[in-house]
Amino acid sequence: MNELIYNVAFFIFAAITVAAAIGVVTKSNLVHSALLLALCFIGVSGLYVLLQADFLAAVQILIYNGAIAIVFVLGTMLTRRSARHGTNDTEVNIPSRLVSLVSGLFVIITLGVIATTPWRYSSIEAVQDTPALLAQFILTDYMVVMEVSAVLLLAAMIGAIVLAKGVEE
Amino acid sequence: MIGLVHFLTVAAMVFAIGLYGVLTKRTIIGILMSIELMLNAVNINLIAFSRFITPEALTGQIFAIFTITVAAAEVAVGLAMVFRVYYDRNTVHAARLDEMRW
Repeated sequence: MNELIYNVAFFIFAAITVAAAIGVVTKSNLVHSALLLALCFIGVSGLYVLLQADFLAAVQILIYNGAIAIVFVLGTMLTRRSARHGTNDTEVNIPSRLVSLVSGLFVIITLGVIATTPWRYSSIEAVQDTPALLAQFILTDYMVVMEVSAVLLLAAMIGAIVLAKGVEE
Repeated sequence: MIGLVHFLTVAAMVFAIGLYGVLTKRTIIGILMSIELMLNAVNINLIAFSRFITPEALTGQIFAIFTITVAAAEVAVGLAMVFRVYYDRNTVHAARLDEMRW
């Protein structure tokens, strides 16, 4: 019974994720694309919950839905041009059918590789209390990486302000 | 039974959709959205591997946290560059940005 619920939840979240992702690249209105992107991120966070990564599911919702999707909508509205064309059309000069064929081929090859690889599954149960363990790892073993990513975020913030406003202002 | 293979399949599909978007979208913002889709697919892969191959180490989850950090920084800088390009040239179409000089 428990496993049935798990399977149903997996297929629901996977369907949400893939369908919303397809919508992101096929919709011709950028605002619709951005909202579907948010829905796709929600589906991905559901998959994280199923993978017992509860902290990352929360981070996914907070950062991707709370920040990135909003910033995309804002960016769309600030750079709007005429209403003649859709704001998120596919490029006419690119053979999009060929590209979709190549993408489909990529999926098929990847699935072949996944099916033929002998995975070394571990039978240990997943860690239950992930935030505490993650905090411990980040502040001990991965301390330098955390500092570097903090510097990266600071540099990105300053760079974004300078780029968007101009140096002389 | 849902296992590693199912999650990898979903991630591969999302990655291919993102790849299609990067190659065919007209505006820079659409391309950035597709890049976000690809980064999310990679995160699904990392966490699935962390769950099914090394559940005791959590290395994949930590890696995913840093990927999310880099993705947030990338969106901030990318959209700032989009604003700058729009301010300078009054367009966000990738095909019209075909000259390197000012």
